[in-house]
Amino acid sequence: MSEIEIKNLTKIFEIKGHTVTALSDVSLSIEKGDIFGIIGMSGAGKSTLVRTVNYLEKPTQGSILIDGINLSTLSEKELRIKRREIGMIFQNFNLLEQKNVIDNICFPLEIAGTKRKEARIRAKELLKTVNLEDKEKAFPSQLSGGQKQRVAIARALATNPSILLCDEATSALDPQTTDSILKLLKEINETLGITIVIITHQMSVVTEVCKHVAIIDNGKLAEEGEVDKIFESPSSDAAKELITGSEINYTPLKSLDTKRKIRIVFKENSAYEPVISNMILKFKTPVNILKADTRNVGGKARGEMILALPEDEAVSEEIILYLKENGLAVADYEGEA
Amino acid sequence: MFDSKVIGMIIEGIRDTLYMTLGSTLVGYLLGLPLGILLYVTNSKGLKPNKIIYGIGDFICNIIRSIPFLILLILLIPFTRLIVGKSYGSTATIVPLVICAAPYIARVVESSLNEVDAGVIEAAKAMGASNLQIIFKVLLVEAKTSLFTGATITTGLLLGYSAMSGTVGGGGLGDIAVRYGYYRWQTDIMIVTVILLIVIFQIIQNLGTFMAKKIDHRKK
Repeated sequence: MSEIEIKNLTKIFEIKGHTVTALSDVSLSIEKGDIFGIIGMSGAGKSTLVRTVNYLEKPTQGSILIDGINLSTLSEKELRIKRREIGMIFQNFNLLEQKNVIDNICFPLEIAGTKRKEARIRAKELLKTVNLEDKEKAFPSQLSGGQKQRVAIARALATNPSILLCDEATSALDPQTTDSILKLLKEINETLGITIVIITHQMSVVTEVCKHVAIIDNGKLAEEGEVDKIFESPSSDAAKELITGSEINYTPLKSLDTKRKIRIVFKENSAYEPVISNMILKFKTPVNILKADTRNVGGKARGEMILALPEDEAVSEEIILYLKENGLAVADYEGEA
Repeated sequence: MFDSKVIGMIIEGIRDTLYMTLGSTLVGYLLGLPLGILLYVTNSKGLKPNKIIYGIGDFICNIIRSIPFLILLILLIPFTRLIVGKSYGSTATIVPLVICAAPYIARVVESSLNEVDAGVIEAAKAMGASNLQIIFKVLLVEAKTSLFTGATITTGLLLGYSAMSGTVGGGGLGDIAVRYGYYRWQTDIMIVTVILLIVIFQIIQNLGTFMAKKIDHRKK
């Protein structure tokens, strides 16, 4: 049984007489202990999707099952108790500005009716987990963005949830801080076994920490699967765009723009071999490298290249075959490069 | 001119003025604060939207607030008599002051609560907070600075209105100013009472601003 099961979820908003379909027929299963990324362009419906997981948004159609329990069968009170098992962090941190760090962390415990003394002890443990022991008495206005998100993470963990929802949790942070927050999330996932759902529009966030990913495009599930596989060979347009399109800011000369382009991804074993050099020596034909990049995908180095193949189609086919034989993922590339 | 009798009267006036102002603010908040919370909660974007309840509250607030205080003071004489037993004196003045202040306070409270970041409320909901917990543990706490500033403004307003009630025998400094300054042409006594009103107003306003800053943790 999956920990989170989203079944045929449709969400329609009524805004001033207009109906807006935010999500249509989305089904996903998220396993216990996973770090699951949900990625999409802004307005794709991913934030609505994550809010249905703790029923902050009620589905128009379809159902959400947490550990096999359909959330629609719960009363308001039962739902509130269920939400203690689902922590959530946000892009804007959403800390109580008038409470200091420790009181913020104690807050969900206070809501749950935990004794103040116990809550304090738990909060201090959590401060250690997020590395903010010296900020106990500080107020949110005195903290940096990264520190605020750490407090928010500690707060979300206070009630010992089995699921942590992250809604664009790193979008307001600089790249370095993003890295440290992602590391913290990964650490929490490994040590506590907590299932983490990450909503983001940044592919780098997904490739860095997620094991599985779902791509949401225009309210629909475009593609889902292991991050490795989807990074190597994205099949939907939305996935291709997210993986390659948006992050290229390099335009090759028109003369280099040949008819056929391919995108190759180096896996671990092939990343150390001079595959391209060998290929050129073998076929005695030059190829143009339009783009090359390396990325950290789930802690493993992944190389990515866009090649312009020679005009000769037979040679091109042979090159593709050769690359595949050498353990590289190869796919035709349609973009502007 | 300023014999012990007049000084005694002025001191009594200060006491009555403070009694009316603070008393009506306090009772006004007992009515206005829950009403303001009710308006916030039942608003279309509130925790529990309810068009009918919001509509009624909204209507009552607007009706009372659109009646000039002096008219309200006279309109309410039978009601005041019913509650206090008489329609003159400082205790009697508190009744119309409260009726005038409560809807005003409700609006001030509503707008203070509206300033609370929707994200924080969403976070509380995600933690499993009930609406009552959100009101008492999130909204009132996060809005406390703004609520305090609102209370200061309200107190200042009621100080002015309490003086106005002097025209119909309300007691306090306003009463002295009207009786001596207007009816007896004793301008000096009137000036003294006006200066005293200004001083009291300044004290209330500055104390309020100081306290509001003191309890605010948002900017340090």
